Amino acid sequence: MSYLTEGRRKGIRSWILSTDHKRIGVLYLVSMVSLFFIAVLIGVLMRIEQLTIETPMFEPQTYNAFFTVHGVIMIFMFVLPGLPAVFGNFFLPIMIGAKDVSFPRLNLLSWYFFIAGTGLVVASLFTGAGPPDTGWTFYAPFSLTSGTNVSLGVFGAFVLGFSSILTGLNFITTIHRLRAPGMKWHRMPLFAWSLYGTAWIQVLATPIIGITLLLVIAERLFGIGVFDPAKGGDPLLYQHLFWIYSHPAVYIMILPAMGAITEIIPTFARKTIFGYKAIAYSSLAIAFLGSLVWGHHMFTSGMSEKANLVFSLLTFIVAVPSAIKVFNWTATLYKGSIEVRPPMLYALTFVFLFAIGGLTGLMQGALAVNVQLHDTYFIVGHFHYVMFGGTGMGFFAALLYWFPKMFGKTYNEKIAVFAWVPIFIGFNMLYFAMLVLGYMGMPRRYFTHLPQYRTGHIIASIGGFILAVGLVMFFANLVVALKRGRKAEQNPWGGVTLEWKIPTPPPLENFSIIPRIDDRPYRFNPEGS
Amino acid sequence: MSTSSSTPSLVHKDYEGGKLGMWLFLFTEILLFGGLFILYSAYRARYPLEFHEGGQHLNAVIGIANTLILLTSSLTVAISLTALQKGERRRSLLCLAATIVLGLGFLVNKYIEWSGEISHGLYPNSPLMAQRPQGDQIFFGLYYTMTGLHGLHVIAGIIALSVMLGFVLRHKVTRTDFNKLENAGLYWHLVDVIWIFLLPLFYLAA
Amino acid sequence: MGHETHVHIVPYRVFVRVWLLLLVLTGILVATSTLWHEALSVWAMLIVTPLKAGLVLFYFMHLNYEKPYLRALVFLTLGVLTLFIGILFFDILDR
Repeated sequence: MSYLTEGRRKGIRSWILSTDHKRIGVLYLVSMVSLFFIAVLIGVLMRIEQLTIETPMFEPQTYNAFFTVHGVIMIFMFVLPGLPAVFGNFFLPIMIGAKDVSFPRLNLLSWYFFIAGTGLVVASLFTGAGPPDTGWTFYAPFSLTSGTNVSLGVFGAFVLGFSSILTGLNFITTIHRLRAPGMKWHRMPLFAWSLYGTAWIQVLATPIIGITLLLVIAERLFGIGVFDPAKGGDPLLYQHLFWIYSHPAVYIMILPAMGAITEIIPTFARKTIFGYKAIAYSSLAIAFLGSLVWGHHMFTSGMSEKANLVFSLLTFIVAVPSAIKVFNWTATLYKGSIEVRPPMLYALTFVFLFAIGGLTGLMQGALAVNVQLHDTYFIVGHFHYVMFGGTGMGFFAALLYWFPKMFGKTYNEKIAVFAWVPIFIGFNMLYFAMLVLGYMGMPRRYFTHLPQYRTGHIIASIGGFILAVGLVMFFANLVVALKRGRKAEQNPWGGVTLEWKIPTPPPLENFSIIPRIDDRPYRFNPEGS
Repeated sequence: MSTSSSTPSLVHKDYEGGKLGMWLFLFTEILLFGGLFILYSAYRARYPLEFHEGGQHLNAVIGIANTLILLTSSLTVAISLTALQKGERRRSLLCLAATIVLGLGFLVNKYIEWSGEISHGLYPNSPLMAQRPQGDQIFFGLYYTMTGLHGLHVIAGIIALSVMLGFVLRHKVTRTDFNKLENAGLYWHLVDVIWIFLLPLFYLAA
Repeated sequence: MGHETHVHIVPYRVFVRVWLLLLVLTGILVATSTLWHEALSVWAMLIVTPLKAGLVLFYFMHLNYEKPYLRALVFLTLGVLTLFIGILFFDILDR
């Protein structure tokens, strides 16, 4: 009996009313992947627009709505909640030896907030004066005066924040209170550590964006003036508040992906993780330091010179714990008996693409370079390397790693590898071209471009189409596996964390007997046990 | 080997976990108001004279009266929990009811105060406001936002405490199972703490 | 994880004393603010207000009787907010 068949209710109600953390994880997975493909489609439309200069397919205003909606969906509905809400919900309780999270009903409520927020954002596209055209950042003062349906879209993002907060609150309490006997802090799998750091950002930073978005709505409704220069308000303070949340939010996105990679690499290198404590505490260090660097999004905004220097310095410091992780992964691989099966392939791709994303990030952390690169395609390329090459690849790797455990089915490994080829090639064509275009001076968010950027745009567009094909192959393979896949074994990859020690798919309450933990994780012992 | 029963109801009565969860929620409230305190500090630094002047238009008497009301209501809700833990259910119920009444009193004062100011034309986007110096407009914008958001929290707190009153009456919250009342009390105290900061920032700014 | 619950019942007299102290502190705050002495009233505000909040947190909200880690988390949260304001002022004061 597994969680997929057992339960008090039947049919769709057994899912949408379930408080089982595993079912909620699957609910999130299905909703998110659907939204992901809508945003991919919008991305493809944007690339079609950039194919030609002479006969644009879409009106400029439509293009503005495209990049706003693409950004809002990808950031707030896929990358941000992605790994915590899907794999965190599903595996955190199992990995620490618990039957569920601390507050199962709040957990379900968080999914409803997610759906409600999504519904509001979608409603903002089709009601009122048309879809928001501000970009996902909702910068004041334009967001205060834009005639489009900004208020509703902003309110949707606000509601999505509740979902994020509840997940974070649940995870912190679960990790503090529900670890199995003997599961000391330093015996927790590193995925749990990364979720712990993430959860703190969710709890402490999300309210800041919450109040900021509420203020935008209050400005639009009552004209309170706090961001309105005509009334003495300072739009720069909007940017400060926005990035006080949204920069740490970048770490909400990347930390759990790093955590998943940290699970996958030792499993496929058959070797214990190198520098357990360094990785564990670097997660917390990233969470903390990452909360203090928000100003590097504002170097050209007219902020004071001293603030520029401080934020630039802090930005370089935050690279240290990120690099610690990369070094530890490579050190784990060293002299391991590496087996490159699909999860590992995508995990290694993560390391490669994230390294490019991270290093281009450092380039922008330097003030002089930033002035040249700000608001160009370089930025767009950089954050896609981090968000998509990082979090996205981490999500795919995690999905391939845990899919057999979650659904009890095996997918076709060859097709998973085969889909990697267009994904990898298309990805680098699209986003590396953007890095070059930005360096040449192509500004972001323009619906068209000057002739000198023509070649770059065509390469990027073709890459984008190849990438989209790869993504469809990737997910089609998994959908087919759900229908026709062979039954998965309990431990297909030879993992050693707790989720591999229970049946596949997991039973309703994970453990019939709560295990007692008396050793560190990641002990690979080929001879015994 | 420690075991737990495998009933499918999944009832973990984890008292400390429940409290930790509530504190984490309070942290989000602190940061929610924190965003506004960040704005306040920035604008106070920019418009010190206007904030000083703006404070003179507020009714300090009502502000101070509301402070006393909230401090006292914090006392009664704290006593209510101790009384329940000691098994003095009647006293607990009375104190809880007193807290709710005090909360309502706070709202009545707030209504009198706001309607007075609005009748003088002192509200965001009013014709009078448009003629005032910019720092003044910001002061009143923040004043209405911060006290308004706080007022919404008072309303939420009153609702939560009323639900608790019902729970205690129906023996759903008892001497041994008081986590819910404790959490509602924590929420109410936090609302009080925020007001403790609002008083000097606005009413005593003059 | 053990499910032992150590509940510390706070006596009434503690609450009443704290309440009286809060009233006195409010009185001091109001009194100093009416004096036309800028520095004094600002300092009173900066000292008395956090003191009042601390009293509510530590006694009414039982923080004084909680495990150390919970107290640490409260200070972490307040510290983070303070850091946000502090770093922001690198911009505000020098623009």
